Amino acid sequence: MKHELKLYCEKSRLAELRGFLSGVLSASGLSEIIQNQLILAVEEVCANLIIHSHDCNPLNHILLEVHINQDTIIFEIKDSGKAFNIIEYKSPEINAVIKEKRKGGLGLLLVRKIMDKIEFETEPTFNTCRLIKKLKSK
Amino acid sequence: MLSINKASERDHLVIALNGEVDASNSVELDEVIQQAISENVAKILVDGRELEYISSAGLGVFMSYLEDFHEKEVAFVIFGLNEKILNVFHILGLDQLISIKNTREEAEKALYEA
Repeated sequence: MKHELKLYCEKSRLAELRGFLSGVLSASGLSEIIQNQLILAVEEVCANLIIHSHDCNPLNHILLEVHINQDTIIFEIKDSGKAFNIIEYKSPEINAVIKEKRKGGLGLLLVRKIMDKIEFETEPTFNTCRLIKKLKSK
Repeated sequence: MLSINKASERDHLVIALNGEVDASNSVELDEVIQQAISENVAKILVDGRELEYISSAGLGVFMSYLEDFHEKEVAFVIFGLNEKILNVFHILGLDQLISIKNTREEAEKALYEA
């Protein structure tokens, strides 16, 4: 099953993203805790793109595709902003976040802890970030 | 949507969060805590019973004040988080860094014994 969302680059659209994801995941049979984790991880990547790659320009958009397969769920996030290579980005240590009184930096750490695999590809006109969650075989 | 209610009780401030905290509104949470610190509130209780969602933007607000709480000897306790949100604190290990209690009674006890 494939689901798609065109998400405009405004922070106020994050609630719409959560609504979309929660609809898509509600039939997945995953626990509420896991569904919330997945929604959170996708939102963290999208919020990052909206704020840092698109400077919250509401004319820009991100394309999100969700593929629910037998043994994986794949979230594919495409945008044409400044490429942000999530794989090369080093998440800060929690202690450094506290010491420096930083308000950011925790998001991608969450993404790494929640997802099983993260892929990033950049092409001349767009970037693709793929978040992959394995479903436990029954 | 997020609404934040503040109430003074005995010697502490209760900050009740209702709704969802994300990158669009975490600044509101930030302002409330910032104000409490500037007013030298010594005990802060966060009522999370009606909190439905929190992203890193909201978690980052709490984290960014941990040093201030420490320096100014502010007692800071969160209570009533649902299991989805507790899980998010747990993923990052924040439950080891912030005092989190189940009930208001436990939270008040922790606040006044600290």
